[in-house]
Amino acid sequence: MKVSVITFPGSNCDHDAMQVFADRGHAVAQIWHQDTVLRDPDLVILPGGFSYGDYLRCGAIAKVSPVMREVIAHAYGGGLVLGICNGFQILTECGLLPGTLMMNRSLQFICQHQHIRVETNASPFTYKLAPGLALDIPIAHKEGNYCIDADGLKALQDEDRIVFRYCDEQGGVTEEANPNGSLDNIAGICNPRRNVLGMMPHPERAASDYVVSQDGIVLIEALENYFQSL
Amino acid sequence: MLKARIHVFLKPSVLDPQGQAVTNSLHALGYASVRETRISKHIEIIFVEEDRSSVSAQVDAICDKLLANPNTEHYSFELEEVTPG
Repeated sequence: MKVSVITFPGSNCDHDAMQVFADRGHAVAQIWHQDTVLRDPDLVILPGGFSYGDYLRCGAIAKVSPVMREVIAHAYGGGLVLGICNGFQILTECGLLPGTLMMNRSLQFICQHQHIRVETNASPFTYKLAPGLALDIPIAHKEGNYCIDADGLKALQDEDRIVFRYCDEQGGVTEEANPNGSLDNIAGICNPRRNVLGMMPHPERAASDYVVSQDGIVLIEALENYFQSL
Repeated sequence: MLKARIHVFLKPSVLDPQGQAVTNSLHALGYASVRETRISKHIEIIFVEEDRSSVSAQVDAICDKLLANPNTEHYSFELEEVTPG
C-alpha cells in the first residue's frame, strides 16, 4: 500500500511510522505540514509527537495547517486516515473524530507498555482480527484522557465505533487497567464511515524485532489484508 | 485600536485535574476554606480596527475556530480601546 506520513513541526514519531511500513515493503512518503499534495496515498498517518509544541491545546494549531485541508478532503473521499497519539488529538480538534483528549487523570506524562483490546473488526484497521484480542502496544502521552458527552459516548457504543479499549494482559477491561482516566477505557475510536481511526497507543513502537513488543505488526497486517481483499 | 481580552474556561461539567492539584496545594498551605480551583486561559488580541461590532464578530469566529474547544470549553471576552505605543 502507499502510505503518506505527515510531519508537523514537533512530530517525533513520523520516521518510526515510515520505517515500520517501509520494512514491510510499502511505498512510504513523508509529507510536510505546508504541503498541499498527499501523493495519492492509500493510508495517511498523522504521527505522534508535539505538533507546534502543543501550543494552545494539543493538536489545535495543527488542525489549521495547510496539509490538514488535504487530509480532511482525503477522509471525506473515503480514504483511510490513522491518527496516533498526537495524531488522534489532531483528529478530534479538526472534527474528523468526536470528543477531546484531556490531561491524564494523574496529571503525569505516562510512558509504559499497555495492553489494549480489539473491540471490533468492523474497520479496515482491525480487519478480520478477533474481537477480544489483547495487544501490548506502548503509550506515551500526557493528554490521553478521552472525554465525550453522554450522547456522544452512547453513539460510539451503539455504532460499534470504540475500536480499542485499555485492558489488562488477559483482556479484562477494568478500572485498574485504565492508565489515564479515559471514559469507558477508550483507547481508540473511528468515525461513522469507519475510515478514520484515532488511537493513543503507538503501534509503530511495537513493530520491530529490536523492541520489546511486536504486537503492532498485527495492526499493520490487518491493513494489508484489508487492501488485499479489495 | 481595540484589544480583545478573551477568557477561555473549562465547562463546569469538565473535570479540571490541574485545578484539583492546586486546591490540594492550597489546603497544604493552610487555606482550609478553599473549596474548588479552576484553571483557565486569558488571551489578549489587538486589532487595528475601531469598529466594535466587526471586531466582536471576528473574536467570536476566532474563538469558535481556534481558541476554544467547543467540546470542553466556554469563552467570554470584552473589548477595550487601546492606543498604539
